[in-house]
Amino acid sequence: MNKFLWPLVGFLALVGFLAAGLVIKGNRGEGGGQEILPSQFLDKPAPAFVLPLLHEPGKTFTPADMKGKVWLLNFWGSWCPACKDEHPVLVEFAKQGVVPIVGVDFTLEKGAEDTERERAKIWLEKLGNPYAVTVFDGRGKSSIDYGVYGAPETFLIDKNGVIRLKHVGPVSPEVIATKLMPAIRELSK
Amino acid sequence: MSPRNLNLGLRPSPAALLRAACLAAALVLPFAVQAKEAAPLADDPVVEQRMIAISEDLRCLVCQNESLAGSHAELAEALRDEIREQIRAGKSDKEISDYLVDRYGDFVLYRPPLKAATVLLWFGPLALVLVGLGALVRILRRRGREVPPADLSAAEASQADALLASLDRPVPPESSNKPAP
Repeated sequence: MNKFLWPLVGFLALVGFLAAGLVIKGNRGEGGGQEILPSQFLDKPAPAFVLPLLHEPGKTFTPADMKGKVWLLNFWGSWCPACKDEHPVLVEFAKQGVVPIVGVDFTLEKGAEDTERERAKIWLEKLGNPYAVTVFDGRGKSSIDYGVYGAPETFLIDKNGVIRLKHVGPVSPEVIATKLMPAIRELSK
Repeated sequence: MSPRNLNLGLRPSPAALLRAACLAAALVLPFAVQAKEAAPLADDPVVEQRMIAISEDLRCLVCQNESLAGSHAELAEALRDEIREQIRAGKSDKEISDYLVDRYGDFVLYRPPLKAATVLLWFGPLALVLVGLGALVRILRRRGREVPPADLSAAEASQADALLASLDRPVPPESSNKPAP
């Protein structure tokens, strides 16, 4: 009996691994294709940047301006379809006034900066503006500093400027209820 | 071609102007397109070569089965530009890949570094092979012990002895009591 049992156990273990690979969502995104990377900055100070405001390029914003507040940093672009899905959720969430949301409009495409700036303005005008501040990262350099590799990506930053949570992909009401709100409540204490 | 040559002392009609413009566009456009694609290469072949060498070992984060060198994703393009810039700034290969690891983690490296978290990755297969070998040795040994001593009748024994004696070479003691398979 024993003789035949071991290969069977081994085989079942293999089947188990394969099934887990198929079934478990794990680190896979909604499309199931991409590995979702954990942020390298989790529980580390949010990287500094100084970026111009989207609407007033003469003025700048830096994360240090938000010291003492729990806030969301949302990376988006008008070129990103998932951001369009996310947008109404953010608008609704902003209305509740729980935490300020800072938007970073960025593009990685060469030479698309001016177009993106204009499109982003139209976007906010048409779809509503959930952002307390919107900055413009035309060449995506600051976005890369945050390890952003797509859009949208959202960071939750605490009162001391430390990144506490990262969400890759659109923020949905479910994400707000199960992921963001518990963390915000904890950090706002 | 100088503008004067185009004029030839005549005032060109709008149609002629249009033709000239189209011709000029047709002549210039292919070069414009080409120049755009070739510019980085022509820029500095040394930088380009180093950039490719570095980015071949890095993963593109958008199409995760592609290297940074081979990907057409905008992020990959932006990161390649960043690598070029850092090469020109005199950074070492290590500094450049560290820059990316700082932002995206070891996941960007196609050759993960050896550290506590990756020990299993590096030595797991070896450990499995060792476990397998160990199991094999144990099973073989046990099987060796399990072979029952041959139960021969007196006649068979003497026949076997005769057969063995007819062989010239010395007989290993172990096999002397085994029946032929």
